[in-house]
Order: sequence, then structure tokens, then C-alpha cells
Amino acid sequence: MPTLLTTPVSEAQIRALKVGEAVEITGTLFTGRDAVHKYLAKGGALPPAVNLRDGIIYHCGPVVIKDDAGRWKVVAAGPTTSAREEPYQGDILRRFGVRGVIGKGGMGARTLAACQEVGAVYLHAIGGAAQVLAEHIKSVRGVYFFEEFGSPEAIWEFEVERFPAVVTMDAHGGSLHREVFEASQAELLKRL
Amino acid sequence: MNGLPASLLELIRRTSAEIPDDVQRAILAALEKEKKNTIAEDAFKIIQKNIELAKQKSQPICQDTGSVLFYVDCPPGFDQIGFAETAREAVTLATRKGYLRQNSVDSITGKNDGTNVGPGAPTFHFHQHRAPAVQVRLILKGGGCENVGAQYSLPSEKLHAERDLDGCRKVILDAVLQAQGKGCGPGVLGVCIGGDRATGYELSKTQFLRRLDDRNPIPELDQLEQDILNTANELGIGPMGFGGRTTLLGVKICAANRVPASYFVSISYMCWAYRRMGVTLDAEGRIANWLG
Ligand code: SF4
Repeated sequence: MPTLLTTPVSEAQIRALKVGEAVEITGTLFTGRDAVHKYLAKGGALPPAVNLRDGIIYHCGPVVIKDDAGRWKVVAAGPTTSAREEPYQGDILRRFGVRGVIGKGGMGARTLAACQEVGAVYLHAIGGAAQVLAEHIKSVRGVYFFEEFGSPEAIWEFEVERFPAVVTMDAHGGSLHREVFEASQAELLKRL
Repeated sequence: MNGLPASLLELIRRTSAEIPDDVQRAILAALEKEKKNTIAEDAFKIIQKNIELAKQKSQPICQDTGSVLFYVDCPPGFDQIGFAETAREAVTLATRKGYLRQNSVDSITGKNDGTNVGPGAPTFHFHQHRAPAVQVRLILKGGGCENVGAQYSLPSEKLHAERDLDGCRKVILDAVLQAQGKGCGPGVLGVCIGGDRATGYELSKTQFLRRLDDRNPIPELDQLEQDILNTANELGIGPMGFGGRTTLLGVKICAANRVPASYFVSISYMCWAYRRMGVTLDAEGRIANWLG
């Protein structure tokens, strides 16, 4: 059974998570990808309405349209490759007190170290599952930096319900990406 | 060819929203084979549910609708210029309708004009044949999986790969290891042995036009395909690199002549969101039938 996480998440809850554990998130997610990470890392300030403390960032450039009543509707919202944010992620975790990052493909040693230090985890969503993941987004609560960065790069505030992901980097220095790489490399060596 | 604009729009819509039947079967078989109650099995369940939802809602399977690649087989005298013009309009319209994401960026200015049309986008590969039929195949090639493609120049000292089929085997398996789950695995490899750097990659992509359940008519390549598929699936990389029993859904290899000085092995990786459809057109440009 997946572990249920509700935002804001406490440090104790995050530190209890282990690599390989399935989770489902209910509450708020803030999207952020290349433009947002670069801006924050250069010292940029968050809009007053965005509070990342004990929150979760989602590496995602969603497809969002306005319905006939003028409400935002999320059409597709799968994760994007996280490795591009590796230069910035650790600092952002520390500075804003973020507890989790959702993306795909995993991240590197600097992010892993920051996760250990502040008590945060990396959560892997299913790459390509744009339709299923969009179904777990119940509403759009707000959008920030829409004009500056454009729709896919903006910060979208999503209300989510039981959004599925897997802990692949935990707050104890564990990384499923490293484990699977090393194990598969050893298997391959036996077969060459 | 009055029917061509509507036919191409429908070809794009279906390619974006529906997975080919052979790929669907391979994903279901992988789900069946996966160890129960694991994160790998969960990943397959979500993938399967996503495939069903996309088809039902007629929406893109993945939000990255990829590079748009047209492969056209046509008789001598076919108006390729006219076809390309109509196809560019169909791509623009498909983008406006949401079948394709605004996915094409000017590499100099960084601007995205939202049409998916520009230098090299979409891409056309015309091929003449001595038959009256016009066949149009479309592949939408995702970016995340394109990034894990690789080209090796043999011999490779580091990988102990010499200029023979065993050397090819070593570098192809190295590409699988390096890719892990980053290309949204389980994936399909398209490989070309030989050629130059450009034709090698180009031919590796044409392998994605093959059905997963076909067999290579060249015995040496058929054997290599089966060997790499089985070996890769013993490595335990699994869907998304979570660990698991299925790392690849298929391997397709072709060979092209090379110059004595070069020996390239070019490998393209296709994610599980394998988008490939094709149609035969009638004289009016209407869809006569769908290709497998
Ligand atoms: S690699 Fe494929 S499934 Fe993954 S995000 Fe890109 S297009 Fe989608």
C-alpha cells in the first residue's frame, strides 16, 4: 500500500520515507522547471502567495487550457527530466525549506546531499503518463510568472488528490538510481 | 488530392492518441510478467491506464508530442512539394487543436511560435517505388528518449568492442545500461550498423517503422536482435529504471555499407509511448486503409 502524504509535510514524515516506497500525495503542488529554477537560484524572490516551506515542487510543463467558463483545466501534466535542475536544486531546497521534488529520471549527488541535510526526498512520477497524472489534479489554484516565463515554465499551483509517485532518493543518502545502475552493470559484466 | 488535408490531420490525431496494437500487446505482456506488488508492476499499471485514457479522450498519450517525422512511399511523378505544403498546414492545425503540443523551438532565438513548423520541422522522408499506391507513415519521436540515443565508433578500447558483431553487441548493451530508465523505459531500440554519422542515425530511426512482432530476414541480425532483447531484460533495469523484468520491449537492427575507415553503430531509443501510425491514400488523398 502506498504511503499517504498530505502537504504541508513534516520533516519527521519525510525522514521516515525509504527508497523504493510508493507514495500518494494530497494537497498542493507547485510546478517549477528550468526558468523558475534559474530565476530563484540567481536570488529571485517568490511571489508572496507562493509558500514552498514544507511543500513539494513538481518538475512539469503542463498543458493547461481555459474552459468555456474561463476556468483553468489541466489537459496533460507528466513529469519532465529533472537532471537539468541539478545545478540549482540543492540551494533551493535549503533556502525555501522544500520537502520534496517530483520529476523523472532522478537527480545527482548535490541534490542527494541536500536531501540528507535538510530532510527532503526525490519522488519519481511515471514519465509519459500525462493523462493519468492530470486526472489526479483536481483544480488549478493559481498561476504565477505566467507573463514572464510562458505557460509551460510558469509556477502553477495545483490541488492534487492521491498523486502517485515513488521515492527514488531519500533523506538517508539512498538512491534507487545508483542501486539499479550498479546492479545492472554487474549483471551486464557477467554477460559480455 | 482534395482529401489530403483531412487525412493527414486524422493521421496526426490518431498517432498522438493511440498506441499501435503490437506495442500495446508487448506492454500488456510485460505487465503480466512483472513481479506482483512491486513499484515496477505499479508503473506498468499506470502506463496501461494512461494508454486507455488517451485513446478514450482522444488526447496526447504524452505531453511531449515529439519530433514529427513523415515517411512517404510514392510513385514517380508524385507531387512531393505539394504534399509537404499540405502536411505543414496539417501540423499547424493539429497543434491548434491540441493533438500536438507547441513543441518546436527556434534554435537561434529560443522562440516558440506555436505552429510546430520551421526549418527541419516537420521532417519528410520521401521514397519512390514502382507502384501506384501512396503510403504515409508518421512517427512522433519524444525528446527524453532521443536524449539517451548514442553513436559509437568502433573499435572502442574502453568497452573492448572490436569491429565485428560481438563488438556491436557490446556497445548496444552499453547504451542500454547508460540509458537506464531515463528514456521512459521500457523502450525499443532502433539500430544501424555502418553508414556514416548522418545516415547511421537516419536508418536507425527507420527501424521504428517495423512491427515489434516481425523478424529480421537477415539471420545474423535476427540473432543479434533476440540476443540483445533477452540480455537487456536480464539486467533488471525495469520500467522507469525502478528495477524489474522488462527493460526493453523490442530491438530492431539494420546494416548499411561503410567506408573501410569508419565503423559506426548508431542507436536510437524509443520510449514506451511509441507513436507510429500509417495510412494508404486513394487517388483523392482519402484514407483507403490503416497500415499495421
Ligand atoms: S521520453 Fe517519451 S514518454 Fe517520456 S516524456 Fe518523452 S515522449 Fe513522453
